[in-house]
Amino acid sequence: MIGKKKGFSDMIYFDNSATTKPYPEVVDSFVKVSNDFFGNPSSIHRLGVEAESLLAQARKQMSELLQVNPSEVYFTSGGTESNNLAIKGTALMYRNRGKHIITSAVEHASVREAYQQLKELGFRITVIPVDAEGRVSVTEIEDAICHDTILVSIMHVNNEVGTIQPIEEIGNMIKGYSKILFHVDFVQGIGKVALNIQKHHIDLCSISAHKFHGLKGTGVLVVREGVQISPLFSGGNQEWKLRSGTENVAGAVSMAKALRLTLQRYETKLRQISEIQGYLLKELKLLEDVVIHTPNSGRAPHIINFSVKGFRGEVFVHALEEKGLIVSTTSACSSKKKAVSHTILAMNVSKDVAESAIRLSLSYENTLEEANKAISIIKTTVTELREVMH
Amino acid sequence: MNYDRILIRYGEISTKGRNRTKFVEKLKRSAKRALTEFPNIIIETTRDRMYILLNGENGEGIIEKLKILPGIQSFSPVIKTSLELEEVKEAALQLFLNKYQVGDTFKISTRRANKEYPLDTGQLNYALGSHILQNVPDLKVDVKNPTIDVQVEVRTEAVYLSIETIMGAGGMPIGSSGKAMLMLSGGIDSPVAGYMAMKRGVEIEAVHFFSPPFTSERSKQKVVELAEKLSLLNGGYFTLHIVPFTAIQQLIQKQIPENYTMTATRRMMLRITDEIRRKFEGLAIVTGESLGQVASQTLESMLAINDVTSTPILRPLITMDKSEIIDIAKRIDTHHISIQPYEDCCTVFVPAAPKTKPKLEKVQYYESFVDFEQLIQEAVDKVETIQIKPDTHIKGQVFGELF
Repeated sequence: MIGKKKGFSDMIYFDNSATTKPYPEVVDSFVKVSNDFFGNPSSIHRLGVEAESLLAQARKQMSELLQVNPSEVYFTSGGTESNNLAIKGTALMYRNRGKHIITSAVEHASVREAYQQLKELGFRITVIPVDAEGRVSVTEIEDAICHDTILVSIMHVNNEVGTIQPIEEIGNMIKGYSKILFHVDFVQGIGKVALNIQKHHIDLCSISAHKFHGLKGTGVLVVREGVQISPLFSGGNQEWKLRSGTENVAGAVSMAKALRLTLQRYETKLRQISEIQGYLLKELKLLEDVVIHTPNSGRAPHIINFSVKGFRGEVFVHALEEKGLIVSTTSACSSKKKAVSHTILAMNVSKDVAESAIRLSLSYENTLEEANKAISIIKTTVTELREVMH
Repeated sequence: MNYDRILIRYGEISTKGRNRTKFVEKLKRSAKRALTEFPNIIIETTRDRMYILLNGENGEGIIEKLKILPGIQSFSPVIKTSLELEEVKEAALQLFLNKYQVGDTFKISTRRANKEYPLDTGQLNYALGSHILQNVPDLKVDVKNPTIDVQVEVRTEAVYLSIETIMGAGGMPIGSSGKAMLMLSGGIDSPVAGYMAMKRGVEIEAVHFFSPPFTSERSKQKVVELAEKLSLLNGGYFTLHIVPFTAIQQLIQKQIPENYTMTATRRMMLRITDEIRRKFEGLAIVTGESLGQVASQTLESMLAINDVTSTPILRPLITMDKSEIIDIAKRIDTHHISIQPYEDCCTVFVPAAPKTKPKLEKVQYYESFVDFEQLIQEAVDKVETIQIKPDTHIKGQVFGELF
């Protein structure tokens, strides 16, 4: 048995963009469904019918919360799968129509690497650069459109610095091009920054439950009515043939619950999280040699990215952790590889400064007291590290 | 500024002279039922129009429900303002900006029911149009084919503004034509037939034949889901009668020559449905038959089957092609449920070569050796009647706390 880690309760967890702690109610649902409704939704006996009925209700609830139709909700194993399915599924389906795809320079690895693979298969990828705030320009995207463009894929909220991309404007622009699908990676934005999938003409939209206090291994790809893409898995033709594999009923139910609870908090706690972010930004700006990478406006309320010049991010993260403050360098997926933040480099920040980047990411569970403490920990750590390094 | 009410234009009600008040009342009642999840709305009716005052409720949700409600010709979300010109101008601009996208053109269409109003139609069009033009750069007027048509109705008590007219389902309010029993199998056609009858004002209850273990719990659930969709069209409730049919089907298989089992089965179903109709005081039976579609839907079959009753049988789909029926099934959102591949009472005992031209005398002769009367009575007595609401199949199980 794994014991409770020392100091767990005093820990300040500011790495919610890497993953969030599942709500206890969400875990309860998962356990209960796994125990009591373990049937395979495809089975024809009663246990199967019950499981299928639960899955249908999970789909209905997800669709209501996302403001789409139930038949537009496809359950997947998470953000990475949803992104891969959206991108490669479109490429496979329409490879005879065109081989050109447009994306941004600040996408998540699961999007970036999917394009790398497609490039090797003969697709042309246009990567749209970003400005100093990490934002793409709608005009540049439109200028990049060719006669054989089949897909534009732009994330909603950047996972590293929190910039909100102009999804509404891009959607309105792409609406005029009937042959181009529009994919949005909504993984960081959901529950924090509203996005109207229908109104903004989004054809494909990825979400992942563990970013909103659900469980790992559960996610959704929204595929708008009438949009057809190719499946990536062959098998039992579950999820209307788009995603084979026995459905994760317990996962789907718990995700629906997690999203409901998160959106409730969005209603009541958005102001609180924005205030915490504002406070952290204000305090960090007062420090010497600090560069703030998170933009002043058009940003999500839960991400704060900054560099203290001269400190390697990795060293800083470990020093903070010793004092009970959990943060990260770049996105969790890249931070182990010692890679420098793609997003921050794309924002034309020097490599030195980018290597010092630190991301604090909040959830609705964080408090202003924690932020107070975090600032004092950061201040002490900066002072201590300066002494060592000079 | 957001719209605060929805103006509803009646369908064929407007042509029904003496019964008009009754029809308007029926429409008001079915609108009320369809909109129970919006408790704060207030419904006002006048001779020509019905108004739904939103009172803070979600307009988009209400619009979705109104689109399929029988008895509505068209409707428009509207803003009500005072007769004060400045207020009308500002409302027109805000309403316009809600929908405006770069490149759009517009026009103002004023109707002046209030002849006392100081400005005439042309002056009003000019005043409102120039106010919008002054506030939106590069905007052009197009009186012939505008992208946005700002409609302004000046009445004595107030001015109403709207920018869109949404088509309703047409037809007549539910219940204005009496009650009928729909034979609901689970296939594509019968829910569509039910909907078509409902559109003509018929109040529908459904009869479904259930033959366990030959048909599964799942096929029954499929019918419940179909009934849920019909309940949405019916204003949030729907009655479903489930008939235990196993014993009769087994007896037919045993006693009737194979190529006549289908004909005899349909005759028994019709007899039972007619009994249920009598019990629940219906006036007709509705089926999803489409001429020549399958063996039981040839004219010869209909003659042999229809023989068991003189009750009117309404067949709204009789002259429709399958593709037309599928289009409607998709529109009322039943198609994806109907195509789930579960056995139902019609598919499970299909003989290899059913008679497409059965003879009435022959089926009567074969049936004469068996006493079905008692079994029919038993089946009618054991009917399970369920009140369906839009989410019955989910609520039937206690899943609540899991979500």
